[in-house]
Order: sequence, then C-alpha cells, then structure tokens
Amino acid sequence: MSDFSLTRRSVLSGAALLLASTALPTIGRAQEPQKGGRLTVAADSEPRNLNPAIVASNGVFFISSKIVEPLAEADYEGKDGLSPRLAVSWEGSEDGKSVTFKLREGVTWHDGKPFTSADVAFSALQIWKPLQNLGRVVFKDLEAIETPDEHTAVFKFAKPTPFQLIRNALPALTSVVPKHVYENGKIEENPANTAPIGTGPFKFAEHKAGQYYRLEKNAAYWGKSEPNLDEIVYQVLPDRSAAANALEAEEIQLAAFSAVPLADLDRISKVPGLKVVTKGYEGLTYQLVVEINHRRKELADVKVRQAIAHAIDRDFVVKTIFLGYAETATGPVPKNDKQFYTPDVPAYAFDVAKANALLDEAGYKPGADGKRFKLKLLPAPYFNETKQFGDYLRQALAAIGIDAELVNNDSAAHMKAVYTDHAFDLAVGPPVFRGDPAISTTILAQSGIPDGVPFSNQGGYKNADIDAIIAKAAETLDAKARTDLYKEFQKKVVEDLPFINVADWTFISVASDKVGNIADNPRWAVSNWSDTWLAQ
Amino acid sequence: MSRAFLLLRRRLVGSVFVLLIVVVGTFLLLEAAPGDAVDAYLVSTGGDAGLVEAMRQSWGLDQSAATRLANYLWALLHLDLGQSVAFSRPIRDVILERLPVTLILMGASTALSFGLGSALGIYAGARPGSLRDRFLSTASLALYAVPGFWLALVLVIVFAVDLRWFPISGFETIASGKTGFARAADIAHHLVLPVTSLGVIYLALYLRMMRAGMAEVWRLDFIRAARAKGLSRRRIVLAHVARNALLPLVTMLGLQSAQMLGGSVVIESIFSVPGLGRLAQEAVALRDTPLLLGIILVSAVLVILINLLVDIAYAFLDPRVGASEAGA
Repeated sequence: MSDFSLTRRSVLSGAALLLASTALPTIGRAQEPQKGGRLTVAADSEPRNLNPAIVASNGVFFISSKIVEPLAEADYEGKDGLSPRLAVSWEGSEDGKSVTFKLREGVTWHDGKPFTSADVAFSALQIWKPLQNLGRVVFKDLEAIETPDEHTAVFKFAKPTPFQLIRNALPALTSVVPKHVYENGKIEENPANTAPIGTGPFKFAEHKAGQYYRLEKNAAYWGKSEPNLDEIVYQVLPDRSAAANALEAEEIQLAAFSAVPLADLDRISKVPGLKVVTKGYEGLTYQLVVEINHRRKELADVKVRQAIAHAIDRDFVVKTIFLGYAETATGPVPKNDKQFYTPDVPAYAFDVAKANALLDEAGYKPGADGKRFKLKLLPAPYFNETKQFGDYLRQALAAIGIDAELVNNDSAAHMKAVYTDHAFDLAVGPPVFRGDPAISTTILAQSGIPDGVPFSNQGGYKNADIDAIIAKAAETLDAKARTDLYKEFQKKVVEDLPFINVADWTFISVASDKVGNIADNPRWAVSNWSDTWLAQ
Repeated sequence: MSRAFLLLRRRLVGSVFVLLIVVVGTFLLLEAAPGDAVDAYLVSTGGDAGLVEAMRQSWGLDQSAATRLANYLWALLHLDLGQSVAFSRPIRDVILERLPVTLILMGASTALSFGLGSALGIYAGARPGSLRDRFLSTASLALYAVPGFWLALVLVIVFAVDLRWFPISGFETIASGKTGFARAADIAHHLVLPVTSLGVIYLALYLRMMRAGMAEVWRLDFIRAARAKGLSRRRIVLAHVARNALLPLVTMLGLQSAQMLGGSVVIESIFSVPGLGRLAQEAVALRDTPLLLGIILVSAVLVILINLLVDIAYAFLDPRVGASEAGA
C-alpha cells in the first residue's frame, strides 16, 4: 500500500478480492431451491374442523392453507397488498353493489375435477355468508353470485359494500372448497371438513389424533412449478418446551406462531443451524388491549380511563414482557398497517403523577389506606404475555391507588365471564387486527352487540359519535373517504378510551437454516408454502 | 377357585354403584365449571351472536343440565358413549384410539417399577444395614424426592437433545410404514424415556417397601427356625423373607395402576404421547363433558378390573384372604 506502485499482479489480486467479496455472501445466502424432502413443523393444537371456508382462524389456516386456497393472498409488494391465487383479477363496480372476479383457468381439485366459478358461488353463498365466523359479518349483504362463464364470478350485494373491505378480506375469508364434495348433506358434518379437498400445492394425506397431520405434494398444482417439498408433517407438541427441544434435536425444522416461548429465543438463537425469524406475520397482528366494563360507575368516567392509560408504561411492557418482540400501540390500528394507521391521535405518556391528578379530579380520593377503589381484573389465559401483562397491570394500578384483584380463569371460563356474564371490571384481551378495521376491530367499540359475542364490546360502552362513524364507513365506497373515516375512528377511540391499546405483537418463527423461502409474505405461516424448500 | 368367583360377584355388584357415582359426580363437577364447550371453542375463532346460538343448539348445549344428564345415562344404558363435541367424532373411537397407548405406557412403567423395584428391594433387604442396603435406600429416597416432570425434562435434554439416543417425543416414527416387530421396536424406542420417567418414582417406592418389609420379617421366629433347619441363605431370602414381604407390594400395585392413569397427563404432554391422560386434560379444557365422562368411565372400569385382579392374586398368595366368604 505504501509505495503505491501499481503492478499487474496487485491489480489482479485486488480485482479478485473485490469479486470474492461480492460473490461470497451470494453463495452463502441464496442457493437454488431444492426439490423434495419432508418439512416437519411443530403444531400445538388439533382443530376439530379443518375447513377454512367455515372456520377462518389461524389455527385452521396453519394446516389447511396448504390444501385449500383463497381467491387472493397477502403480499408485500403486490397491488393493494395482494397477489392472485384462485382469482386472477377483481374489480368493484361504481355503485358498490357488485364485484367481478376473473378466475384462474386450468385449476383442478385434488380429486381431479375442474375448478370453476360454480365452486366459488357455492362456497360464498352456502358457506362464507351463512356459516363462516368472519364471513357472516363481511358478506352479510351478499345476495347472489352470477356465473356468466366457468371462469367469471360476479358477486351481487343487496346494499353498497365497500370494495376496499372485500379486497382486504380476500386472504382470510375466501377459501374456496369444491361444490361437488359439499353439495349433498349437511355442510358442517361433511367428512371433507376433517380431510379437506382443495386446489392447493399440498394434499391432505392423514391425521393421527394426538400425533401428527401429514400433507403430500400435489403434483398437478397450477403454479408455474410444482411445490418444492414432498411432504409437510405437523407434529403435535403440546408441551411448551417441546418445540425448542425438537428443533435442537433436529427432529423438526420449523416452529411457527411463537411455539418457542419468547424467553427461550435468546438461547435458541445461539444454537448453530437455527434462525429466529420475526417476519411473515404482519397480516396477523395481535393487539394487547385492556377491556373495560363501563357498567362500573368509576370506569364510566373518561378521566378514570385516561388515568389508567397514563399509568401503563408501554415501553416497559414491550421490553420486559415481550422482550422487545412487539411494538407499543397508539390506538386501535397497529402501526404496521399501511392502509389505515394514523399516528395523529392523543398520546397517553407514562405519567403516574398525572394519572393520580386525573383520579383526584374525577373525585376518587384515596382512602386512609391509600386506596381509591377496588377492581376485578381478568387477564385472558390464551397467551403467556396476556397473563404476564395482567400481573404488571395490577402493580401499575396499585401505583395510582387502584386495588385490582386478579381473577385467573382457564380459556372457557374467561370467555364466559367476560363476554357473556360481564363479570369483570377490567380484562386483558388479545383481539386480532385482520387488515381492515371492519372485520374485527370496530366491534370492540360499537354498541348494541348482543351478549355472548366473543372479542367484541361487552363492556356496555356506548358512544353515538363512534357508532355513527362505524355506520358511515360501512357504506362509504370510496377507499380514500373510508380510510379517512377510520382515521377519525382511531382518534375518537383514543380520546374516549372504550378500551386501551397497549402493544401490538406478531409471532416469531424459529427455523432450521436448511429451510428456504420462509416469511416471504405478510401471512406466511398461514399461506400455501408452495415455494418453501428444504436443503437436503 | 370358588373364593375367586365369590370375590368377583361381590365386586361386580359394588362396581355398578361406584361407576354411577363417578359419572354423576363428574358431570356435576364439569357443570359447575364456568363456560361450556362453545365458549371453549370460540376462543380460537370468535363468531357473532347467531353463530354462537346455532352452535349451542347443534351441540345440544341449549338443553338443561338435567336433560343432558338423563340423555347421557339413557344412552349409556345402551352402551353408547355418545359423540364428542370437541372432536366431532364418536367418543368410543376417540377413546379406543388412545387406550392402547395408555395401557402400553402404564403396563411398561408398572412392570419396570414393580419388577426392578422389588428385585432391588430384595437385594437391599437380604442384608439390612449393609453398605449396599444403605446405598440403595439413600439412592431410592433421592429418586423418590425428584418430581416426575422434572426428571422427564432432564431426561429429554440429556438423552434426546444432547446425546440423541432416543427420540424427543411421540409414540412412533411418523408415517414410517413399519409393521410387526419393526414397529414394536420403534414404539419401544420411543417409550424408553416416558416409561423411565413414569416408572422411576414408583420403583423407589417398591424398593423401600420391599426392603422395610424384609427387615421386619428377618426378626421373626420362623426365620430363626429356617436357619436352624440349615436352609441355604438364598432359600431363606427368597422363599421365606421376600415372599412374606411381598404382600403389601401387591396392594401397592393396585393403587399405582389407578394413580398412573391420571398421573400420566404431564408425562404424556412432555413426550407428546397420545394417551388417555392428555385426552382427559383436553376434554376438560374444551369442556367436552361427554368425552370426559367417557374417559373417566373407561378409567374407572380399568381401575376396578385391576384391583379385582390384585385381590385375586392376593387370595392365591395369602390363604387367609377371603376365607370368611369361602366358609359362608
């Protein structure tokens, strides 16, 4: 270097170094996808019904999304965040009363019969609208479906329905099942519900109860190339520590949906040959929410609710409970949503003094023992983090003189206590944001919902302004105007706090380095995995 | 032989009442637990009011508790265990699928703990107070103090994760296509760790009981007589001391089998073995009353049968047992 004499040799070696430095990472990172192999995945539950057209839930999708496909899937780059699956294009009419889908040609069901518009019409009218947990809300005004030819389906709505909503609902709500399998007999009791038949890259092979599900490659898949994997096996591992151990012992190659507890991630990420992946769940964001029973006199006062919001240290929650694998929440739409999120809402900084002042102002002075009033706090038992946050919230409330009594129930008892019996003052819940506030978010604030509807406003909250915004957005066709209404909704909700959003989290996958093409779309864990591959 | 039959007859009559009490009691307990099968189901799906109502109706949960209990008992009279709401399959099939797994797991660990435990107990009890006795007694006490789930987790980490001698979980290799002896060997390979963790605690118990029993017998007069007769030490230990110390162990065997049916929940979960214990736990979490009743009925029948066998064995081992009935 010092003498600066350029010889041919030094130039050449320099060039070689440069070449090597750019080439090496490429060699290490992206090999060619390989064909074949069995991917073994950890599963923690065995859904009673595997038909995603009837049960739109992540537990069902995790397995059945490889077998039964929706009209479109979520995508990081695609237009409107979508990439086509069984539909190749979709278009809404001006009046919002019809949506036209052009369907993919040359697709066959796993039993060899051709896929046509009749299957889409049947699935939509006979299953999504009357039977599906989410479809019953989104497709409530779907009246008829015209099928001018085998590859066109025109959805007709009785009332104008925002095209934006239908579009956002496509990945989760539109799994298409074969009409010829379901048309006879009761749909809920069809044997295909436990051994699904679809058009996807994998076929259902077998289920051994308590042990595993096995899927086999569909060699006749419509995709450009057939799926890479020969088999996917879901091994049922009910124990919390089992997934991490099985990964280490190389008995499984993937644990999705945070099957490896957050506390183990630090250790497992240091195991050679394993990687921790945080991407691939953006489309299934869970929200840590404090549900409030507004029937309680104290909690009906917005000042008290604001005081509680000020008493929660969101950064602490993210750092300590979620170990950094979460985002603080500002309101009812998570920050990772590109369409609807607005930061333009009131902020409740962590401020114990202000919280105390608000409670004083509201007239709840501390008694001789320093306590203002007592509350019953019910943390949902479904996640470790909801339970831990319950413990934290109790302490946070104690700091502002509210004495919260923790009531721990199992899942079924919690559901009944909160959503049917309303036997709670505060509850900790994990509602899901599903890409559009109208699918499962607005019902957290909307009034007039009957008792017993889970994950909805069961706290007796009623706000005419918010109800009006929700009603207006439901019939606003213009995407921009509709988005603006939901921004207004976020603002109003954060102002009046029918519930308090604390954090938003998505899941974590731990996978062997041998697994390729994971987390390549925002709903990866519940998408079809046709391009996923395994190094042999 | 007639003693055994008399015992059988008396036991069968009693058993029917026991089973009835078990069924009604379990039903009422689960009825008192808040939330029903629909609530448990909705945890993972959600759903609007209409859907929730339709589901309650189709699962028969809109009827009163009394009606459901009466229906259940009526079906039971016809030997029909009903339909599982959580699995939407006939309960008989669900249970029959899991029963062999539980029986194998239970049988193997009982055999391990009884066989090895009493053998070591005889070895220790042959010379009470000797070095080997003190070593075995201390070791068994330590083993007995270890919680089963902890032992299971340690075994997994050492023998499955680090050494990789045994598979981490499951009952057999997934879709291996093995049959006959190869399959049996595969299952045995999978069950080494769960059987060990389930059996080891009872092993310690049998060892200590055997040893303590033998220490007592050594002091009795007939042993001195046997010695004076010039019997070999080996014969005294096995035919006189051990045989007389064996009876309480047989009683313990009956108790252990009952305990193991319920106590294997944790081990079955850790090793993800699809047995009855795990099924029972799922049935409770999912509020699947008929399924849980089915499991409990089957377990109760098993426990009654095993205890009957134990009693019969007892009658043969000890001529005094059942003598009163034989005379009546």
